[in-house]
Amino acid sequence: MKKNQLMEKAIHGLFLVLGLITVGCVLLITVYLVISGIPAIREIGLIDFLFGKEWASTASEPKYGILPFILTSIYGTTGAILIGVPVGFMTAVYLSKLASPKVKSVMQSAVSLLAGISSVVYGLVGMLVLVLGIRKFFDVPDGASLLAAIIVLAIMILPSIIKMSVTALDAVPKEYEDASLALGATPIETYFKVSVPAAKSGIAAAVVLGVGRAIGEAMAVMMVAGNVPNMPDSLFQSVRFLTTAVSSEMAYSSGLQQQALFSIALVLFLFIMLINATLNFFLKREKE
Amino acid sequence: MSMITVKDMCLWYGDHQALHHINIEIPEKSITAFIGPSGCGKSTFLKTLNRMNDLIPGVKITGDIRYEGTDIFSREVDVNNLRKKIGMVFQKPNPFPMSIYDNIAYGPRTHGITNKVQLDEIVESALRGAAIWDEVKDRLKKNALGMSGGQQQRLCIARALAVQPKILLMDEPTSALDPISTSRIEELVMELKEKYTIVMVTHNMQQAVRVSDYTAFFLLGELVEFGKTDDSFSQPQDKRTEDYITGRFG
Repeated sequence: MKKNQLMEKAIHGLFLVLGLITVGCVLLITVYLVISGIPAIREIGLIDFLFGKEWASTASEPKYGILPFILTSIYGTTGAILIGVPVGFMTAVYLSKLASPKVKSVMQSAVSLLAGISSVVYGLVGMLVLVLGIRKFFDVPDGASLLAAIIVLAIMILPSIIKMSVTALDAVPKEYEDASLALGATPIETYFKVSVPAAKSGIAAAVVLGVGRAIGEAMAVMMVAGNVPNMPDSLFQSVRFLTTAVSSEMAYSSGLQQQALFSIALVLFLFIMLINATLNFFLKREKE
Repeated sequence: MSMITVKDMCLWYGDHQALHHINIEIPEKSITAFIGPSGCGKSTFLKTLNRMNDLIPGVKITGDIRYEGTDIFSREVDVNNLRKKIGMVFQKPNPFPMSIYDNIAYGPRTHGITNKVQLDEIVESALRGAAIWDEVKDRLKKNALGMSGGQQQRLCIARALAVQPKILLMDEPTSALDPISTSRIEELVMELKEKYTIVMVTHNMQQAVRVSDYTAFFLLGELVEFGKTDDSFSQPQDKRTEDYITGRFG
């Protein structure tokens, strides 16, 4: 009897420790980013850092303005959402409400597979197909551009949007739909006027999750966006994202340059925290 | 005059035959109760009348069902229009998660009414028709899910009335409600029969006696007996009906 109780307590303790490891990691990352990100911002000046239009970290007179990266990340993510959300949302409605069970199961495994493909593969295919295609189709000197990044990101966020929206739509009580059909509404009317509004918090959460995916992606956009720290003035401009700004220079950076990269990471981290807070807000509302 | 005439109707769920050769004529502007033990097919039959069974995969129906003389399964019949004419109230109150007003206006809007004044009128008259106007008139913009179960069910009746049906199908409309709410719904149903034909599934025999004009007794997918409620309960023609209503099984 006593041995059993001891065992219970030991296992309880073990699980607690394992849980704390995760929390510890988050805390560690947060603290580390804040500590290592602040010095450069202090030295460069917050305004010059966030709103400086020029990034020339290796010049003899280095400039550390990250506005090009911030805007690129915002434009890139917005573009990806503008393309990915309608496609993902409609796919979700189709899968949840219209598709036959067979089609649904095949398509859902395809969607899961899409989620499982590593981002370097997206980048590779994007380089070989998309970048070349854009160059030819739009007759521009280089296809590696903001547009290419937007399209790749739009495809990459599809699985999260689809899966989460399908879950939300599947959870709509059938009674709502029956009531609508019994009033003489067609199935399509029913899905869009009853099911979708009833699942709106879940769908909003899906969109926010997509935003998070898009803004955090590094590898694929590095490969297709050209990775030049330009201001994103046009869709065909070669650009650099917040994520790729960190990853492309970290290997050979030192001194203030390296510190500035940490500061970029801190900015990215704050963006992602904001997105997560929004996500939690929607998920909580869904529960109520 | 009969609103619905059913001749030799059978229904299968896959290989399982759930209804056997049903023949019935449902009289206009009266209340017809379907009684019988659980699983006897009374709800299945009810849902066939507005073709809600179409939505269940593997359902096969044979025979003839006529609404005002028209075969409801014929190609010319628009199923959405049929469901507009033959409204339905479900077992569990199922208002949409939207405001009281929007719940009632949903049906008319679906059928193309957008004029605000006209919608206001429809909403008020539907809510009055379901005897719930006085309780909700000051909170039409509030979410319908905040109402009590009995109110929700009357709201669902109002919602069904808002598309001006001829027939109301009610699938055990009071089984999820407390006795007071139940008696209010029963009173309401008795008022509604002046304007509408009502078909009501109930597993509560007292309710059938209290409310209905005609009673159909279902057992194992067969319609065993159909007649005036007073006769069915005082002098049942079939031994099985007698056994059921006297409580020997069920």
